[in-house]
Amino acid sequence: MLATMPETEPLQSTGEIHPDILLVNQARAGDVAAFEKLVRQYDRQVFRIAQHITQNREDAEDVVQDAFLKAYEKLDQFQGNSKFYTWLVRIAVNESLMRLRRRRTGKMVSIDEDVETDEGSMPRDLADWSPNPEAQYGQSEMAEILRKTIQGLPPGFRVVFVLRDVDGLSTEETAETLGLSVPAVKSRLLRARLQLRERLSRYFRKKNGDGVK
Amino acid sequence: MTCTEFIAQLDDLLDNNVAAPLRADLEEHLRGCEHCVITLNTTRKTIEIYRSHEIYELPGELRDRLQKAILAKCRKC
Repeated sequence: MLATMPETEPLQSTGEIHPDILLVNQARAGDVAAFEKLVRQYDRQVFRIAQHITQNREDAEDVVQDAFLKAYEKLDQFQGNSKFYTWLVRIAVNESLMRLRRRRTGKMVSIDEDVETDEGSMPRDLADWSPNPEAQYGQSEMAEILRKTIQGLPPGFRVVFVLRDVDGLSTEETAETLGLSVPAVKSRLLRARLQLRERLSRYFRKKNGDGVK
Repeated sequence: MTCTEFIAQLDDLLDNNVAAPLRADLEEHLRGCEHCVITLNTTRKTIEIYRSHEIYELPGELRDRLQKAILAKCRKC
């Protein structure tokens, strides 16, 4: 890979250079150990996002490898006006969608799939939850419930929910990462949250059936 | 304020992104609408639960193997 140091290093709003930018610059100069730190920093998140999109363990493993390798090869194209993480996630999302497409033997797959639904636009299940719903289930049972529940959402809702609410990206960063408008991210996030809430209610609602009538 | 109008502001309320006058309207609606209180609380809990449980954990052994494979390929670039 060609090693070129940028003439200027982007500054964050605090005036400090983000540690990732320093690592990117070192990796651009051929320091693989610096890139290793970025891999260690973000491989879990990339794996999680890939799993959420592809719903397939082998594909998610491949996405982790391919996304980091592609990022390494394209480090010179990283502008530094966005976070390294959001740039990396954008690569991982595209790789994940490509894998999903292959599994579906060439059928087009995009993050716009199945988003034109009215489901979840208004709450229907109005029963309250038990005070500590998680206590009703063991850890692995709980993880299975959460997996099953989120798998029922269209990919375009899943990925917005994961980036915004699990990974903690801002609405603007999520929009940039997915190539969506800010209003589209907001609309999908609201419906994703409401659909998940509705589906989790089946497991967490108060058992004595004394929900709001 | 109707329930539909409240739900349209739900995300901003959850994200603490509501200006004071609108917040007062939303709180006024909540005082008289148990349905929206439940929707707000259970949606907030939904987010908390997904944040606090790692449902797709990357096991240590697999993680090591992936890291080694990535870095070996990078060294060949």
